[in-house]
Amino acid sequence: MESVIERIQKGNFWQFHGGIHPPEQKFLTCTKPIASAQIPEQLIIPIRQHIGQAGDLIVSVGDKVLKGQILSVGDNPMSLPIHAPTSGTVTAIKLMAIPHPSGLRETCLILTPDGEDTWQQRHICPDFQLLSKGKILEKIVNAGIAGMGGAGFPTQVKVSTLAKIEYLIINAAECEPYITADDLLIQEHSPTILDGIKILDHLLAPQNILIGIEDNKAKAIETLQKATADIDHIQVCVIPTKYPSGGEKQLIKILTGQEVPSGVLPSSLGMVMQNVATCFAIADAVINDTPLIKRVVTVSGQALDKPQNVWALIGTPVGYLTEQCGYSNSHDKHLIMGGPMMGFSLANDQIPVIKTTNCILAPSEIEIASPFSSTSSKEVECIRCGQCADVCPAQLLPQELQWSAKAKDQPQLEKLNLFDCIECGACAYVCPSQIPLVHYYRVAKAEIRQQKLLDIKAEKAKVRFEARKLRLEREKIAREEKHKKAAEARKARMNAGTPAAKSEKSAVAAALARVKAKKAQAGSNQDIVSQADSSVEQIDDNKSQVANAIARAKAKKLAQKSQTPISTADAEQDTDNAAIAPKAQPVVTDKKAKVAAAIAKAKKRQATEQASNSDTQVLSTEETTPVSATSGAVQEPITDEKSQLPINKKAKVAAAIAKAKARAKAKKETDGNINAQPSSTSTDKPTVVPAQEQYTLAAVASNKATVTLHTETPVAISPVNKTATASDERKKKVAAAIAKAKAKKLVEKTQQASPSTSEVKISESDSKPTTEAAIAANKKARVAAAIAKAKAKKLAASSDKSQPSE
Amino acid sequence: MSTLIAILVLGVIAALFGALLGFASVRFKVEGDPLAEQLDALLPQTQCGQCGYPGCKPYAEAVANGEAINKCAPGGEDTIKKIAELMGVEVQPLDANHEADNTPKVAFIIEEDCIGCTKCIQACPVDAIIGTTKQMHTIIADECTGCDLCVAPCPVDCIEMIPVATTTQNWQWDLQSIPVVQID
Amino acid sequence: MAFWIASSPHNHQQSETSALMRMVIYATIPGIFAQWYFFGWGNLIHIALAVATAFVAEFTVLSLRKKKITTQLFDGSAILTAVLLGISLPALAPWWITIIGSLFAIVVVKQLYGGLGHNPFNPAMAAYVMLLISFPVQMTLWQPPLSLLAMDIQLADTLSVIFTGYTPQGYSVEQIRTHIDGFTMATPLDTVKTNLTQGFTVLESMKAPTIGKYFGLGWEWINAGFLLGGLFLLSKKSIHWTTPVSFLSSLFICSFIAFIISPDSSASTMFHWFTGATMLGAFFILTDPVSGATSVKGRLIFGALAGLLVYLIRKFGGYPDAIAFAVLLCNMAAPLIDQYTRPRTYGHKLGAKK
Repeated sequence: MESVIERIQKGNFWQFHGGIHPPEQKFLTCTKPIASAQIPEQLIIPIRQHIGQAGDLIVSVGDKVLKGQILSVGDNPMSLPIHAPTSGTVTAIKLMAIPHPSGLRETCLILTPDGEDTWQQRHICPDFQLLSKGKILEKIVNAGIAGMGGAGFPTQVKVSTLAKIEYLIINAAECEPYITADDLLIQEHSPTILDGIKILDHLLAPQNILIGIEDNKAKAIETLQKATADIDHIQVCVIPTKYPSGGEKQLIKILTGQEVPSGVLPSSLGMVMQNVATCFAIADAVINDTPLIKRVVTVSGQALDKPQNVWALIGTPVGYLTEQCGYSNSHDKHLIMGGPMMGFSLANDQIPVIKTTNCILAPSEIEIASPFSSTSSKEVECIRCGQCADVCPAQLLPQELQWSAKAKDQPQLEKLNLFDCIECGACAYVCPSQIPLVHYYRVAKAEIRQQKLLDIKAEKAKVRFEARKLRLEREKIAREEKHKKAAEARKARMNAGTPAAKSEKSAVAAALARVKAKKAQAGSNQDIVSQADSSVEQIDDNKSQVANAIARAKAKKLAQKSQTPISTADAEQDTDNAAIAPKAQPVVTDKKAKVAAAIAKAKKRQATEQASNSDTQVLSTEETTPVSATSGAVQEPITDEKSQLPINKKAKVAAAIAKAKARAKAKKETDGNINAQPSSTSTDKPTVVPAQEQYTLAAVASNKATVTLHTETPVAISPVNKTATASDERKKKVAAAIAKAKAKKLVEKTQQASPSTSEVKISESDSKPTTEAAIAANKKARVAAAIAKAKAKKLAASSDKSQPSE
Repeated sequence: MSTLIAILVLGVIAALFGALLGFASVRFKVEGDPLAEQLDALLPQTQCGQCGYPGCKPYAEAVANGEAINKCAPGGEDTIKKIAELMGVEVQPLDANHEADNTPKVAFIIEEDCIGCTKCIQACPVDAIIGTTKQMHTIIADECTGCDLCVAPCPVDCIEMIPVATTTQNWQWDLQSIPVVQID
Repeated sequence: MAFWIASSPHNHQQSETSALMRMVIYATIPGIFAQWYFFGWGNLIHIALAVATAFVAEFTVLSLRKKKITTQLFDGSAILTAVLLGISLPALAPWWITIIGSLFAIVVVKQLYGGLGHNPFNPAMAAYVMLLISFPVQMTLWQPPLSLLAMDIQLADTLSVIFTGYTPQGYSVEQIRTHIDGFTMATPLDTVKTNLTQGFTVLESMKAPTIGKYFGLGWEWINAGFLLGGLFLLSKKSIHWTTPVSFLSSLFICSFIAFIISPDSSASTMFHWFTGATMLGAFFILTDPVSGATSVKGRLIFGALAGLLVYLIRKFGGYPDAIAFAVLLCNMAAPLIDQYTRPRTYGHKLGAKK
């Protein structure tokens, strides 16, 4: 450590590999004082002017702002605020070309100055020693200071490092040709710079402060040496002029002999480097509470009448500055932001000066006729002369990089440490074949970065795709599982035989029933009611199959149509009819012949139409039904249907009711006592078994209800429901599963009606079981209503036609 | 007798070398990625299915089993070249059935037109669309692979593929494309 | 008025490949002058022939390859190749030797490999070796220095010999080469080699008339001329010092060791330096950037290897001079040398190799 300082004191520095000596051209500007800032007509302030994220704007169009007012804030450590360089009005916030080699556009804030240049309230702090470190850092952040040497790294990130700092290096090398901004700043403002250095000293407490300055700035060196003469641990290191000694890594090598390992920040070696202009800005921010709103810009080049350094407000369009310096170039304009080695061409002169802009170069044709112009390249083949490798400060092999870059051999490029290239341009400067080497590297770097992003994205996409596949797989299995479970549950329910009807439905039972029915038919058609019962069962079976299909098909349309406005009464009526009709049909089928089923089906429709037409008739017949149903309904069908429609209707209605009753009995029978078969012929009279009470009661209740209500209000809603409830008790069991989903909407409607029904029922038959039954029936009714509606839908149309006529 | 010896000697040598080779094949077995895995790594993972396979992995497997190497439209020439290199076959031009335009794109939902049918969500191979029934959907641009699969299912055509915008972050140093202001 | 866009860096050292080539060509002048002084017009004629052929060949191939003819034709590389070939050919070799050699150098060795910058071998030396192997008789028709010749050969005589094989007076090349005493004269290296096989010591060989006062009549001055040209190039930084230095020191060390071990059968170090094409090779052939190594370390190895090979071939090989062979062998080794001599990149402690 000691030896480093000793060596420096002896003026004995290390050397970095390579380097070049391009014509300096600093004489153009280095003797003229810095011109004071002038306010242009319009300031274009990009919201991002450094490496990192932009802050969020906190002003909007039309706002009046004061000089130094903060315009954006950010919560990210890599984001910096921007400030109003002068007082004025925010006239627009829009996309503008920013100072970037690409000439792309980013969000900029357009400030129209009012010419007053009114400062916002400032808090001058003459002695920074009184401030805490945190406070100083805060001031630096709030002043929006970024490295002003060119890279624009947020300063607070550098100075808030926790590493123990051995060397604070102040970079005043300014190795690029033409640029004299730092030189002049030192000459004119060395006290402020020294304050800045002291603030950094206070923050970082380094053991030594080294100011690296090239030996071609005699005046600045003298000024610095005078200023720092009484401070022991500050060394002004006058280094030999060689490009690019101002590069961070190169200056560290020159001054300390150490190399910054690839991919690591210098702070890991206990070093921090700051540009002199940054020191100035820090002092200004901490002491004068002045944010970074202006900077020294070298405006140089032989195309200018009076090249000079100027104080430029951040956001000043380049064209304003060149005009101020007497830009006279009639033909092709070539404006370079930055030095001739690392600067970039500007696509127009309305690009603003930003925090990192240290130079605007307006060269004449003779001065710099870039051989690397994109339009007229004089590039010839590489002859492997190796001059590029000799001058490369990073000790790369530019020619090999160039071949690999042309071949897009990315692994090889990375193996050749492409990313250690600092793009200083020394290789392209010396290349006798005039190959734009740096450009190849930039393209290759951009491609590699892009490729890496793509790779990451592809990997992410792959993971997401796989995850999705897994999820779909899982869902599929879960669904299958659910289906299986549902099916099993259904089967279990049917097999368990909780409600008699379901067990009946089981195929075995159906078959048995059918056999029985046949036998019964063959033997004696009408001897006992038990036969009727079994036939009813059979009906249910048939129905379950036939109706299933029909219901399913129709239910879909109906589900939608049921929503369409049909008068509730009509709809309900239709439902009622429909509900009855199918019942009538199976009776027929069952009794006489299965051949007749088809005919019956067709007729049933007509019948139901008519039934609805002659509603009163039906209702009146219903009264008699209990009596006739048991005996008559069983025998009549074929003749009835064929000949007399009215009777037919009645018969069917009656049959339905009879069936309803028979159903109840059937349940009872299957439920518990098979012996009970012969016993129950009469529908109305309650049976013995308590468990079956509900059903019977329900049947009774409904029967009664129908009777009473029918007489009172023939077209009322409630009777409909009642009949429905009565008959549907079985039906709903048949088609419950199928219709369930579709029935939901219908349920709403039936619900409207059903409460009344149940009320009626309750009033009629007070006993609790009845109510329960009624409720049960009610539910079932809803379900059944759905199926019924399915069939009723078509009838609705016709009945609508016919009913008015009635 | 001499023929017998010759046969014997040759037989022994054959057996010896056979054993040696067998041993070597066991001992020095290369545990590399299976070919399909390597191919999968070369594919762009857009999962677009333009190759006729449901995703990149299945196509990789198919290529490993002899499917044509020129069916990956999003990958374009570069991918074909890489696959050809890996498979040791000739580079072929992109299959004519596929559009050659493989500029990176990102899907965009015109939100005011979206009816919330979730069809695009079901179509997206990488779950890059957020939304639910009757709610407006939107695309997570970062996750979108630009595969195009969501465009067709949309009943109201509210999804469009927009090219990824050039920013200062992803600019490829194409100096020719810089808009130079002409002043006269 | 328009803005124009260029990639940085915006300024550029005003050096060009063609300027570099021109510089090298100029640097051959002292050597060529010495050659002319001691050996007459032969080589000048060959140089002219070779340049003309190379020019035509280059033009034809470039137009066939649809390249930018103007820039590439005048980049000087073809001319340089031709000049070097012309210098190395025997002064009285027939004209078609030059033409074939020049064509071969440009068309096959240079352009078929991709043109300037892509040729793995030095075109002049590759052509020389091809000629030497294909036409050994013509390629060994070395003319003794003019002062040793029985007859006076003027420009017209030389032209006549080169194009017809005979002088206007009817003398053949063999007759020209024959000493007054009746024995055929060869190059100093040839002389030493032949004598050694016949049992003479090197010291005895040094008495031969072709060797003259120092290391070979004429040859020492030609080499001095090329050395001068080389030093000029070094001072202009047109060539890098590494290759010549390492080549010459390697040759020096090898011959010195051999001389210490067996002074009778080994020529002196300076004899090796100042005979044959040593200096031409050191400063003009081995420094050809295209076919040489690129890094400093690589060039050092490249030069040293060449020196070693030259010595080994001169001492133990079948050919008296060995520059061409050594150069070709080193060209082959160059990519490998480059591969293993990559410099350690800044900030990479372990170097670039992995």
